[in-house]
Amino acid sequence: MKKVLIPLVLFIGLVVFLAVGLKRDPREIPSPLIGKPAPHFTLFTLEGGDAKFSPSDMQGQVWMLNVWATWCVACREEHPVLVAFAEKNQVPIVGLSYKEIQPQDPAYKAPFDEKLKLARERSEVWLKRHGNPYVTSVMDMDGRVGINYGVYGVPETYVIDKAGVIRYKFVGAVSPALLAEKILPLIAELNKS
Amino acid sequence: MIPELGHFALILAAVVALMQGVLPIAGTLVRDAQTQVTLQSLARPTAALQFVLVAFAFGALAAAFLGNDFSVQYVAQHSNSLLPKPYQFAAVWGGHEGSLLLWVLLLSLWTVAVVVFSRSLPLDMVARVIGVLGLISVGFLLFILTTSNPFERLLPAALDGRDLNPLLQDPGLVIHPPMLYMGYVGMAVAFAFAVSALMSGRLDAAWARWSRPWTVVAWMFLTFGIGLGSWWAYYELGWGGWWFWDPVENASLMPWLVGTALIHSLMVTEKRGSFKAWTVLLAIAAFSLSLLGTFLVRSGVLTSVHAFASDPKRGVFILIFLAVVVGSSLTLFAWRAPRVALGGRMALVSRESFLLANSVLLVVATAAVLLGTIYPLIIDALNLGKLSVGPPYFNAVFAPLLVPTVFLIIPGSVARWRDANVREIAFKLRWAFASALGLALVLPFALGAWSIGAAFGLFLGLWVALGTAQQVLARVNKPGRIPASFWGQHLAHFGMAVLVIGITGVKSYEVERDVRMQIGDVVTIAPYTFRLNSLDEVRGPNYKAVRADVQVLRNDKIIEILQPEKRRYFSSAMPMTEAGIDSGFMRDLYVSLGEPLDDARTEWSMRVYYKPFVPWLWGGVVLMVLGGLLAALDRRYRK
Repeated sequence: MKKVLIPLVLFIGLVVFLAVGLKRDPREIPSPLIGKPAPHFTLFTLEGGDAKFSPSDMQGQVWMLNVWATWCVACREEHPVLVAFAEKNQVPIVGLSYKEIQPQDPAYKAPFDEKLKLARERSEVWLKRHGNPYVTSVMDMDGRVGINYGVYGVPETYVIDKAGVIRYKFVGAVSPALLAEKILPLIAELNKS
Repeated sequence: MIPELGHFALILAAVVALMQGVLPIAGTLVRDAQTQVTLQSLARPTAALQFVLVAFAFGALAAAFLGNDFSVQYVAQHSNSLLPKPYQFAAVWGGHEGSLLLWVLLLSLWTVAVVVFSRSLPLDMVARVIGVLGLISVGFLLFILTTSNPFERLLPAALDGRDLNPLLQDPGLVIHPPMLYMGYVGMAVAFAFAVSALMSGRLDAAWARWSRPWTVVAWMFLTFGIGLGSWWAYYELGWGGWWFWDPVENASLMPWLVGTALIHSLMVTEKRGSFKAWTVLLAIAAFSLSLLGTFLVRSGVLTSVHAFASDPKRGVFILIFLAVVVGSSLTLFAWRAPRVALGGRMALVSRESFLLANSVLLVVATAAVLLGTIYPLIIDALNLGKLSVGPPYFNAVFAPLLVPTVFLIIPGSVARWRDANVREIAFKLRWAFASALGLALVLPFALGAWSIGAAFGLFLGLWVALGTAQQVLARVNKPGRIPASFWGQHLAHFGMAVLVIGITGVKSYEVERDVRMQIGDVVTIAPYTFRLNSLDEVRGPNYKAVRADVQVLRNDKIIEILQPEKRRYFSSAMPMTEAGIDSGFMRDLYVSLGEPLDDARTEWSMRVYYKPFVPWLWGGVVLMVLGGLLAALDRRYRK
């Protein structure tokens, strides 16, 4: 092959990759959990006391699980979108407050009860300020539930069907367009079956 | 009415650009001498007319912004009646559509500059160069008109606009995009010269001489634009970082690296007639990478902090455009390059060989950055999973390639053309080398702590600084007028030295403290003590903020009061950080407000940094820009 053709050939290769890459959404991360039952957990809820929540409580309805935290910057971008979405009452959204007390936080080493109290306080203040789209929020203090769900970054959103199977996962802040074009049609379809 | 006129002007501009792109080039292909002259002479007037039309469209959009015309969708999305006037104007390029319009405006401005400064060029060359620029302009105008029309109406009109992204409401970001685009678009001129030379088959010293000042000016703007972006990220994002290896930063760094290689390669082609094919390829690559940068930023194939302006549908258009422009020019290259006569022979050690080595290193560094930037995309396209490439990769790959490049600056500029002698160069530079080495071994002790990294970085910077100083002194002591390009070259090299020392200093000696503070709390980074004095609510034109008063004490004396802010813009939920920075000659003191940690907002997380040598980063960039300016102003280009 002639040397002068090398740049052209390299460039054509690059264009092919760019063309394929264009069809992909860099934020749509394939999850091995899609099509699998949502991992079981039982966690304290935000509302306080000893009330607990587990995914089986939602059996028989389509619902969304949204991973959030007050320290998460992208959540603040996503939050108004979720609040507006929740006002339409189309689907219950459960919040998963993920590792609210971070390792670098001085309160991190406090006893669990104190940490839980602090995390609840912070989360409540935050939700009061920014609006609360959640039917309930559960406190994943040590992030173990997050690990089971393969949480990749906060925020994350899961759609779970009536049988408790994960149908969709999105990493990053959801947009009104994503909700309208992808998530709502999916929920409508899942509700029918 | 005005927006419709602007839209109409844009359509006319596309038609005129098409004439500018097709007719003059057709004029170089026809046989008849009379038709040749007629068609080629159309290049200048069509270019001027296109500029007037695009400028009118741009003015119409600016008028819509300044007049708060929220019936224009783009204005409603990116402005607000409370937004201060200067930002309302800057909001013209605050979004996708307007920034493309700015791109085209600057392209037509560059084209007019070519029209004005091309009096001495043969008519057929002018016709080709302006024709190529016209074709590029056609592509961008069609892109705007078909996918990104900024004049689209919103019915019914919005009561008020959604406001400019608060991140962009900053003087640094007002001028960052125009400067960066001036650089990107300027590379189009070097590209047009290269393609024209390929078309005509005349790749000669004259072509290289014509290209040089344009390339240098484009490089200068690009340097300035990148520097501004980095400075903005440093004080606005509140993380104290100044380079993040973000895909969009990489997109601007790649044309810069290739542009740097191009400037030096053009010099060899002009002086010695060698590396012609290589130089042409660099010119094509520099502009292609500018286009690729536009593709990466505008299409949304990669996520990044700049992703506020992405849309995959537009990506298809840019990709096709990229494929056509770059594909056709590389095909032209493959067809024509073998016929280009080889230049003079090159000795193993000569200025040519040093410059070639440098330009190869720069191209390899560019390839490494390109690979790191699009690797996630390639892996995804091959269905091998999703991943991201972070700073560790870039630092590990980039530094080893840049170190020899920077080191070679000095022997390369000392070596003689044609045939140089290693021993002679070494002998000439022995004192610069020895003093740089000595200082580099000792200085780290004075700066705090000795480390191999600090010593090595300092050596590199001092070597370039002292080597440059030695050459300047030697030249000043000789009789004869010193050309501006000499000063430009050495000023730019000296700027590089300052930059290298700055990077070394900040990497080796920065101190960071993440603390929680209440009023009255202190944090100490010797010899400075920071005391949180008060927290106040302040109100700006379109935001509310909490402002902290942080006293900086040294030896119990207040030397500075820093006022970092946490702003909440009315139009967006995102809080914005304004760092409080005290800049000295040798260091920055940097305080940024994090989050309130309690309901009463009396306790805050704060970041306090001692950042030595940061001002040197900006100083180095400014010196490089001035160097570029001096080089471009050299008298011999003005004939």
